[in-house]
Amino acid sequence: MTDIPGAAVLETKGLCKNFGALVVAKDIDFALEPGARHAVIGPNGAGKTTFVNLLTGALPPTSGAVLLDGRDIAGLAEHERVKRGLVRTFQINTLFNGLTVLENIYLTVAERMGVATGLFRPVGSRPEVVAEAERLVEMVQLQDDAGKTIDELPYGRQRLVEIAIALALEPRVLLLDEPSAGVPGAESHIILDAIAALPADIAIMIIEHDMDVVFRFAERITVLVSGAVLASGAPDEIAADERVRAVYLGHGHGQGHGQGQGHG
Amino acid sequence: MTAATARTNGGAAAALLRAHRFRAIELLPWAIAIAVYFLFPGYRLLATQILVLILFAISLDLIVGYAGIVSLGHAAFFGTGAYTAALLADAGWQEPISALALGAVTAGLLGWVSGWIILRTRELTLLMLTMALGIILYELAKDLDDITGGFDGINFENSAILGLFPFDVLYYTTNYWYAFAFLVLGFLVARTVVHAPFGRSLVGIRENVRRMHAIGTPVQQRMRHVYVIAAAIAGVAGAIWVQVQGNITIGVYEFEMSGNILIMLILGGTGRLYGAFIGVTVFTILENLTETVLGTDPPYWELVVGVALVVTVLFAPRGLLGVFDPLIRRFRERSA
Repeated sequence: MTDIPGAAVLETKGLCKNFGALVVAKDIDFALEPGARHAVIGPNGAGKTTFVNLLTGALPPTSGAVLLDGRDIAGLAEHERVKRGLVRTFQINTLFNGLTVLENIYLTVAERMGVATGLFRPVGSRPEVVAEAERLVEMVQLQDDAGKTIDELPYGRQRLVEIAIALALEPRVLLLDEPSAGVPGAESHIILDAIAALPADIAIMIIEHDMDVVFRFAERITVLVSGAVLASGAPDEIAADERVRAVYLGHGHGQGHGQGQGHG
Repeated sequence: MTAATARTNGGAAAALLRAHRFRAIELLPWAIAIAVYFLFPGYRLLATQILVLILFAISLDLIVGYAGIVSLGHAAFFGTGAYTAALLADAGWQEPISALALGAVTAGLLGWVSGWIILRTRELTLLMLTMALGIILYELAKDLDDITGGFDGINFENSAILGLFPFDVLYYTTNYWYAFAFLVLGFLVARTVVHAPFGRSLVGIRENVRRMHAIGTPVQQRMRHVYVIAAAIAGVAGAIWVQVQGNITIGVYEFEMSGNILIMLILGGTGRLYGAFIGVTVFTILENLTETVLGTDPPYWELVVGVALVVTVLFAPRGLLGVFDPLIRRFRERSA
């Protein structure tokens, strides 16, 4: 199964990354269409987070190209890619822990609106920026926690802040790196609901271990094993793929399979 | 405005919108500074030095306390501003305020150039590089003693401020108010910057650099900008330091200068601007008292300062001002 070239908003061609002799990404061809819901799965150490880091520019590739809107973005630093709509969340919460929820979002909004370089006018003289931050806090339903610092929040709610920050950047492409990782089962529904509510026009790549989430969410699945693409296709194709079952789904994920079949 | 403040619980938005407003208590340090001039005329030299060092510490707070860039070489900028003002006066450019402004420019330029390299590194490497810059400049100034005057220094004279108020190295009248005025000015600049979106983004860099990259911040550029601002303010402090004394030695570049100002800042509390006021005052008075009571040989005050720092770090990790944080928070919660 190959992805349709040309229409993709984000694409990789022959992406490789080696750390010395260790190959962590091997010749990855990947494409994400506008509005896509694309899951990347694979066993631990398959190179999923490395792949995200290669896409965002946090790591330079050894060879191969990352294309945004068909253009090679090798020369763009991480922050410049964000400005062009390529946004990620982190597998492990990466937030401003000593600041309040609202301040976390505020910093992001100020950066996106281009006011963060302002030296003279105080934050308080731009209520529209703060109001926009509040709107986003409400979008993930954290308004009751807006004044709490990240440290004071349970982990699951911190995950919501990760998502709110990503939304505050108005992404065109959103890379979700295990959004429900570390969230206790009882809280995981708030994350899943937030993901389900993401605007339909955003192209989303989600890295996830939880097969229930993957099969509920994804319209397309790519399986990474040892840094290489093992298979890519619709959920039912992946669920039926013998090679995938052998390396990955063979470990008691029958119910995930079932849900995949039921998927739209 | 009201729409923004009404919606979220805990007054988070209101807090953000109000953070920059002046509170009555902020008049206190200035009232004290004015009172000291009249109540302790015999200590004006010491008090003037405290004012200048507060300005120096504020400039360091911008990079250490806000952006999280720890520097052990901030005297590089202090000394450069000082030498700019002194050498200009020595060469016949005796107007003090323009000389001080040029001191800010040269120190800022040094910040711009050195920041280009230093700010590419992190943590220990960065610390070592800031220190290296300070040491290089000190050794350079020592070597070029026919220009800098070396350990013996240079005496110079400035013309009267605005043509009206001559410097007075005996009673420190004009000198005190000169330092006072530029501390007010420098403080207002720093305060404006930290409450502007730029200053908030510095706090973001301090809290989590990786996150700042991921929200689209050109982190290095932003750090370089604050580095230049801090360097320029430190340059102003250095210029005043030598102008009020009418004398300069290579001591302005000494490592001790960089080390002490960092200690003073940590003592008072970083990332709050007012920590500089407390830290410098306590440190300087402590140093002075110890020397008066126990003498300078051996230098007991170093021991006293060392103990004070250990006690602060152990019992008041957020600095002397940080001790009041829980009280203030309780007060706010009760009144909310």
